[in-house]
Amino acid sequence: MTVVSTSRPTALATSRISRSRLLDTPRAGWAMALPAFLLLTLFLIVPFVLAFVLSFTNQRLVSPNPTEFVGTSNFESLLGANILTLEPLRDEASGEVIRDDTGVPTYPPVRGFTRNNPDFPQYSGMRELFGWQMGDNRVVILARDVVFMRALGNTLLFVLIVAPGQGGLALLLALLINQKLKGVNVFRAIYFMPVVVSIVVVALLWRFIYDGQNGLLNSLLGLLTFGAFKPIDWLGQTGTALGSIIGMSIWQAVGFHMVIWLSGLQTIPISLYEAAHIDGANNWQKFRFVTWPGLRNTAVLVLIVITMQAFALFAQVNVMTDGGPLDATTTIVLQAVERGYVKQDIAGGSAVSVVLFLMVLTISLVQRYLTREKY
Amino acid sequence: MAALRSFGARPLGLVLRYALLIAVALIFIFPIVFMVMSSLKPDQQLLTDTSSLRAFLPVGDISLDNYFAAFRRAPVGLFLFNSVLVTTVTVALSLFVCSLAAFSFTFLSWRGREVILAIIIATLIVPFETIAIPLLMVVNNLPWIGPEGLTMGWLNSYHVQIVPWIADGLTVFLFVQYFKDLPRDLIEAARIDGATSFQIYAQVIMPIAGPVLATAAILKFLAMYNQYLWPLMVTQSEQFRPVMIGLQYFFQLNIAWGEVMAYLSLITIPVLAFYLLLQRAFITSIASTGIKG
Repeated sequence: MTVVSTSRPTALATSRISRSRLLDTPRAGWAMALPAFLLLTLFLIVPFVLAFVLSFTNQRLVSPNPTEFVGTSNFESLLGANILTLEPLRDEASGEVIRDDTGVPTYPPVRGFTRNNPDFPQYSGMRELFGWQMGDNRVVILARDVVFMRALGNTLLFVLIVAPGQGGLALLLALLINQKLKGVNVFRAIYFMPVVVSIVVVALLWRFIYDGQNGLLNSLLGLLTFGAFKPIDWLGQTGTALGSIIGMSIWQAVGFHMVIWLSGLQTIPISLYEAAHIDGANNWQKFRFVTWPGLRNTAVLVLIVITMQAFALFAQVNVMTDGGPLDATTTIVLQAVERGYVKQDIAGGSAVSVVLFLMVLTISLVQRYLTREKY
Repeated sequence: MAALRSFGARPLGLVLRYALLIAVALIFIFPIVFMVMSSLKPDQQLLTDTSSLRAFLPVGDISLDNYFAAFRRAPVGLFLFNSVLVTTVTVALSLFVCSLAAFSFTFLSWRGREVILAIIIATLIVPFETIAIPLLMVVNNLPWIGPEGLTMGWLNSYHVQIVPWIADGLTVFLFVQYFKDLPRDLIEAARIDGATSFQIYAQVIMPIAGPVLATAAILKFLAMYNQYLWPLMVTQSEQFRPVMIGLQYFFQLNIAWGEVMAYLSLITIPVLAFYLLLQRAFITSIASTGIKG
């Protein structure tokens, strides 16, 4: 390489040093960056582009039929939703609203609108997601893919709780660890320990904690209330399953973000605290006016990393509940895997992935915008 | 630290602070203690012990029987071998390929350098989960030349678990960050001596890249050893399965929880030991990813 490039005209550069810098660089530069770039292209950029392309087709992993372009129909069947307002049934003679024993009006069944009803083609094939009462009318939200809507809702709820919850607890732990005490490094090492354990292993262990009969959590609560507490099947009930997974997830990765906060805390110069001390600031004021402003960049990083990880929620759900009970814990990634891998519907799985990516991107951009430098 | 320093001199404050540190430590440590203790107990005792503090103590009928039973139930040795092989080969190749690219981005000048680096850094915001399905299709259609000649499709092999993970944006980024701060004179001096780019990489830069090599190796090791979704999709045959997927052998009709705990301990304790041995390096690794953000 050296031989080839010494004859290049760039060698006309004046000083000896700058000439030598350019000796064999154009070719060597390419050659050295190429393996990484090729691998990333083949295994990340190509699949990424493919996800977008395939989501507009009917591709399956193995199929006798040729792949066809189907437009946005995958997205329509995923995200299709509509509002239906039901008027209460009225007595034909008097026009009075028919009410049941508890005084609640009765309504025509939703399936009368969604199944084979030529008058309402826009509702065809949809199912009820949820509904509420509005006066005597009942408003029903219909979705084409109720399970996916659940997955969307569960994932968003997970992100909304885990991002501030985990970030905040991690900051508290970082402040706790960031003291000048003997042996504090031992505690730092212990708090960080769950991070190095596989999430699969952690999720299995927490099944024992959440177990309905003699789970550790039920035993602890029973002990604290002197037996007054009635055991709960934490993962087996729709009301507690997602919350249980959220608790475990926060526990597992909080140490990771504690360390990132710690590195941020250590960039704040001690002299600022000393100045605040001389000015007579109390502990809260020191945190509010010295620590917190100094952690601004760290906060953005922690928030974005947690959000990205939270959107990708999969392994712990797969191990603990597999999306159940009654889809109460299903997530976007679980749905992508279920469709794209288990059912080998590559196009459907890709469409789910595209929706997920667009959500991650949007939220990262919004977070960056909201936490931008304001000068 | 400073926020809490003012009342640190009082002995009561000191006791309270240690009490708090210890209480929090218990929250983080108890599931792991439970795992190891349970792996030593027969199923019946394991399940009844969970209703008391006995769950965390090595009491009752203690033995290594569960470990022997785990080895009888599943090819545990094979799974461990597969995991160690896939992890170490990927980490080694990743360090080489990514540091080579980062060297080129930092020290060599060539057209398109900034654009390619920007693309590589941009890949960081693509979560693996969003490309898992199309990636499966890609590897399913790739050829491979091995001992059996030319074969199509990469499923059920070691290379399907290794090759897609060699290059990654984070590792390139870590090396670029480290190389940027190295003195340029080193390169210039070697250039004057007539060294080629690769010689400078191998003989000048890599020997002083110890800290970033450790950081990148630790992060990659953790990610690879604990992988779940990808091996779940690409290893249907027992022969190539890593430890996390091997867990499925323990969840058939009658779950023998003692054996599960023994298996979990077997696959976790080596990583924990490794971590406790190098904990300072582990924690600095994570911290160094955050400084420049």
